Formats: sequence, C-alpha cells, structure tokens
Amino acid sequence: MHIDYYPGCTIKASAGQYETSVRAVLATLGIQMKEMEQWNCCGVVHSLASDNLIRHIAPIRVFARLQEQGGSEMLTLCDMCYNTLSQANHLVRQNARQRESINDFIEAEEDYDGEIHVLHLLQILRDRVGYQTIKKHVRRALQGLTVFPYYGCKLLRPGGMGIDDPEAPRVLRDLMHTLGAAVADDPLQTQCCGSYHIVNHDEIVSRRVGKIAARALERGADVIVLSCPLCHFNLDTRQALVDSPLPVLYFTQLMGVAFGLDLDVLGLNQHHIDPLMLLQQRGFVQEEEALV
Amino acid sequence: MIDQPREINIQLMGKDYKVSSGLTIIAAIEYAGYKLVRGAGCRAGFCGACPTLYRRAGSHKLYTALACQTLAEDGMCLVQVPFVPVVRRPYDIEEVAPSANIILQYYPEVAACVSCNTCTRACPQGISVMDYIQTALRGDIEQTALLSFDCISCGICSSRCPADIKHYPVGQLARRIYSKYLLPRSSQLADRLDEMETEQCEVEVETMMHLSTEELRARYEQRSFETVAGRDQKHSAIQKWGTAVDPVDYRDEVEEVAY
Amino acid sequence: MIKITASGRPNELLRKAAALSGQDLFACYQCGTCSAGCPMVAEMDLLPDQLIRHVLFGMSDALESTAIWVCASCYLCDERCPRGIDVSKIMEALRQIWLRQNEDYVHVAQLPKETLAELPPIALVANFRKNTG
Repeated sequence: MHIDYYPGCTIKASAGQYETSVRAVLATLGIQMKEMEQWNCCGVVHSLASDNLIRHIAPIRVFARLQEQGGSEMLTLCDMCYNTLSQANHLVRQNARQRESINDFIEAEEDYDGEIHVLHLLQILRDRVGYQTIKKHVRRALQGLTVFPYYGCKLLRPGGMGIDDPEAPRVLRDLMHTLGAAVADDPLQTQCCGSYHIVNHDEIVSRRVGKIAARALERGADVIVLSCPLCHFNLDTRQALVDSPLPVLYFTQLMGVAFGLDLDVLGLNQHHIDPLMLLQQRGFVQEEEALV
Repeated sequence: MIDQPREINIQLMGKDYKVSSGLTIIAAIEYAGYKLVRGAGCRAGFCGACPTLYRRAGSHKLYTALACQTLAEDGMCLVQVPFVPVVRRPYDIEEVAPSANIILQYYPEVAACVSCNTCTRACPQGISVMDYIQTALRGDIEQTALLSFDCISCGICSSRCPADIKHYPVGQLARRIYSKYLLPRSSQLADRLDEMETEQCEVEVETMMHLSTEELRARYEQRSFETVAGRDQKHSAIQKWGTAVDPVDYRDEVEEVAY
Repeated sequence: MIKITASGRPNELLRKAAALSGQDLFACYQCGTCSAGCPMVAEMDLLPDQLIRHVLFGMSDALESTAIWVCASCYLCDERCPRGIDVSKIMEALRQIWLRQNEDYVHVAQLPKETLAELPPIALVANFRKNTG
C-alpha cells in the first residue's frame, strides 16, 4: 500500500535522518510513502487569534494542493506539522464562514472543505500496522536498553486533536516495549521543551531541556526517543547543563536498529550527541557497521 | 482585431489623459507627454525597470505588470514604480557554500512567509514566486534557483508581500550558490576553452568571420545542448528556450492596430 | 493606583482580549491550576491566573509582562482548566494586541548570523509567527 506524504520543511532541511529512517522502516512493513508534488510550509504553529485568517492559509493550501493531486489521506512525521494541519482541518470543518473567506482568498487552488484525513506516523504504526506485525520484524530485540519517550506538546494537545491521551500517553511506550526495550516514564514527558524560544531565548530552552534530560537520567534512561524535529533540535543541542548528556533519537531510528536495517539509512551519525557508542556497547550495532 | 475605439481614457498618477488605443503602457505614458527618465529600460520585457501598479475600471483589485509588455486599457489608473527598495545583506560568494539554512542566514524573513501567494499573483514573469520562497525555506537551493530562473528583478513581488520578504535577492542568491557550487560543470565548454587556448580553433573562427548573418543564424538555430550526466531534468533555461527559436525576436513594442 | 470601575462594562483591554481569544475571562475562578501545571512559570513575571485577573481589572501591566511572550502555546493549561478556558488563546490575544500596537517583538533583521546558521526552519517559522505582526 502507499500513502500520500507531507514532509514539512525541517524534515527536508535538517532532519533528514528522520525521513530516511521512516522510509526504511515503512518499506519493511510494506508501506510506500508518496511525497506530495508541490507543497508549502504548514506554518508550524496554529494561529489562536479569532481574526487572524491569513495565518491559516498555509496549512489549508497544503490540503487544497493534495486534494488537487487526488489524495484523501495525508501522512505527517513532524508533530508540529501534524498539529497545525489537524487544527486547520478542524477549523475548516467547523467554521463555514471562515472556510469560505479562506477559500475565496486562496483562489489558485480548488476549494477545500476539510475532506482530507491527516495522520501522524505513530497513528499509522499503532492503528493500521499494529504492534503484533511490528514485532514480527524485530531481528535484534533492544533487550537491556532503557528508553525515555518524550512526547512534548503538539502530538497530544489540544485534547481531541492529539493522537493519544493528553495526560497519560502510551503509544511510544507500547512501541518501545514491542522492540524489546524497557521504558522509563515520567510526567515531564509531556511538558514543553522550550520550543521556538531557541531563536531569541535559548537560555529558557537550556533550562527546560536540562530539567527533562536530568529527569530521564534519574529514571535510568539510556536514550530519549521522540518524533518532533524541533524537540529533537532542542534536546540534542542544548543538554550542556546535564552531567552526562543522553543521546536523542527519532523513534524510527531505534525501530530501524531493532529491524536490523542498514545503518547508513538510519542516519545515526547525524546527531550532536553520538548514539553509536551506546548502541555498540549494548551490542545492538556492530563496530564495523557503525563505521559506515 | 477586437473592435475598439481609437482613443482611450487613462489616469496617470490620478490625472486624466486621452491616449491612442493599442499602445503599451509605456508608449501610452509617452504619448501623454511624459518623458520617462526612470521606469523604462530595454522595452523588451527583459530588464525589469518598468514595473507598473494599476487598477482597472470595475475591479477593486490592484494589478501589476511590466509597462513595456502590457497594453493600456480604457479606464486604467496607473503609476510607474521604477524601483522597489530591498536591502541586501552582503556576502562573499566564496563563503556561501550550500547548506540547509544558508539562505536563511542572509534572508531570515523567508521564514515569515504565510503562503498567501500574493507574490506569485503579482509576478509579471509568471514565476511561482511563493514556491521558490518555500523551497528556499526548506534549503532546496537547486529548486529555488530553477524556479526563480526567469526573474528579472523588477521587485513587484517584494512590494506586495505582507511578510516583507525580499524575494528577488533570495532567488539571486540561490542561483549564485547553485551556479558556483551545484551546477555540474560543462565538459564541452572546458574542452572548447582548451582548444581556444591551444589555438586549435583558428580555422573555424576564420571561417565564421566570413559568414553572412543568415548563415550565422542557421548555425545558431542548429545548435545542440549539452545533456548533464545522471540527470533527467535539463536546466530550466534549456527547457524553455531549447527550441530553435530566438528568444529575442522583438520588433516593435507598439502593436499595429488596424482601424 | 488601580482604578476599579463598577460600571458593568468591560474595560478596553478585556474587551479586546475576549474578542481575539473567544474566551470568557469572567469564567476564571482563580484556582491556579493553569499556573500549577505550566512548565514555563519559572520564567514568568506574572502567572497565567494572575494575568487573567489583571486583564479583568484592565491593568496595563498585563501587556507589558514577559509572561505573554514566554508562553509557547503548549496547551497544558487549556487541557487542565476546570472552567474550560483556553488560556493559551488569551495569551495569544495579548501578544496580538501588543504586536498590533507596537513594532515586532523579535527583530528578524537583528538576529545574529551564528544563531541563524544553526537553527532549523521550524524554529524560525514558529518564532516569527508568535513574535512578529
């Protein structure tokens, strides 16, 4: 089967390891991603002001373009894209007056009425593929590895829009258990990493990240997994306050390791905090493989 | 020819004029008695010096065009915009090696794009301006260079952008980075330059010196294009002008009107 | 000095904040749940529940507080508010009121090149959408 895929800017610019690992993992599971032909940035954050319609144009144009390209479902990997697209979709479905204004303005594309279904990768894995099927592909169970799943904000909230229980999510935990890993849970998993403050207040991000990573360490974690490229950037580059920084991986990179996929497609060497040493020590990756 | 009156009414900067119909905007302005010191250039749609803002009778919209490429219409209200201010950040081409956010380092406001598409709608060259701003945002220098290739830097896009993006310098930077670092080198050009250095072309040059314009044109029209190894897509300029048609086939900016 | 009027009419700041956020600020009973859960309170001068109170009284310091910029719309407060108030929308409304009266909060052209060289587009897009008009 194939699914239409909306990448988003950061996946293309600086989170290439997420995309290549997803492609490899989904191919193993028999799913092909078909990238949209023409797309624009979703806007990253949903505009919360009641009158600021111009800021909803970007995500709605993405939908209108996929609709023109014949799509009905849209896969996203990025939590921010998922959130912004879902909220814009909700707005289009709920608010006829604003929908009409936006469609009138967009002009270049056909009208969009909210018929495309947005799916985050984790939903596909949990609800379509299923943990049982994933388990069948595990070649090297991640026995002895303790993972700290970090959800952040945009995957879970606002409630109803998120992909899991906003207060007690379990999708990453279940997935990591499926791979054979142990999981360290903590309430900080669902708390903001400091987000876009990295641009003008990176001290806030350093304090947030420091707190989250220190807690993960306290809980005995070896590695943090997540699915948001902004959380990844913040956690991977701003652990200076942490005594022994933890590697931060996209969850699909660990799936790839467990599936025994080629290391070069998993991009494990594209991190500030090197995860390879840890994976070698635990015997999940052989030294000669890591050299690739 | 569409049946139209010999004279039309236009407004130049709010003042009414009657001008002959069938003129380009630039010719109509001159017909009305103005001498264009700025806001006119090649008169062939290539230099980007004659952007015009205008409104039409019966529409609330603000339209944009190149004055040398657009016919004046009855009821038009217009002004020339010879220059759109853009502040460029200086760079050393040796120090702008391609990276995912090299363009954002010089033009961070690209990240403020709301995808409203106003730039694309305003572009007299029919370029998908918004799409190249979007490819710039995601660090795709090649696509930004190719999509913006036909830009003539008239600046209309930047005059209409709600996010204050300076579009054409973005495209320009992308094309420069692309040309210097990413565009595959032409092996035919290198070979020919080598031949010239070693004076192997003397005879050919001598022959060409004695060809007539028609013979030279025939050779020009029979020219072939170098394909790039490992690429299914040729350069956009070649895609567009790859036929044996001289792109510069401009005779007169004033279309003859049969009365 | 704070002047509290009892005319029954909402003050101008409250009127604008309510219109832009679509929230009924009077529904707030000051339980402080929003501030208790907020991961950013350590960085704020006014806590979210205090901010709502100050807006209800029309106190202009609400607009001058760092809190409205520190809030990154993580929606935790919205999720937990027992009165169903979307506090993040009130924060956005206050940012918008400020941005519409002033220059941008983040000056795009003044960001240092070293910062821009490092950051992914996702950070810049989100930041500009929250901090520029």
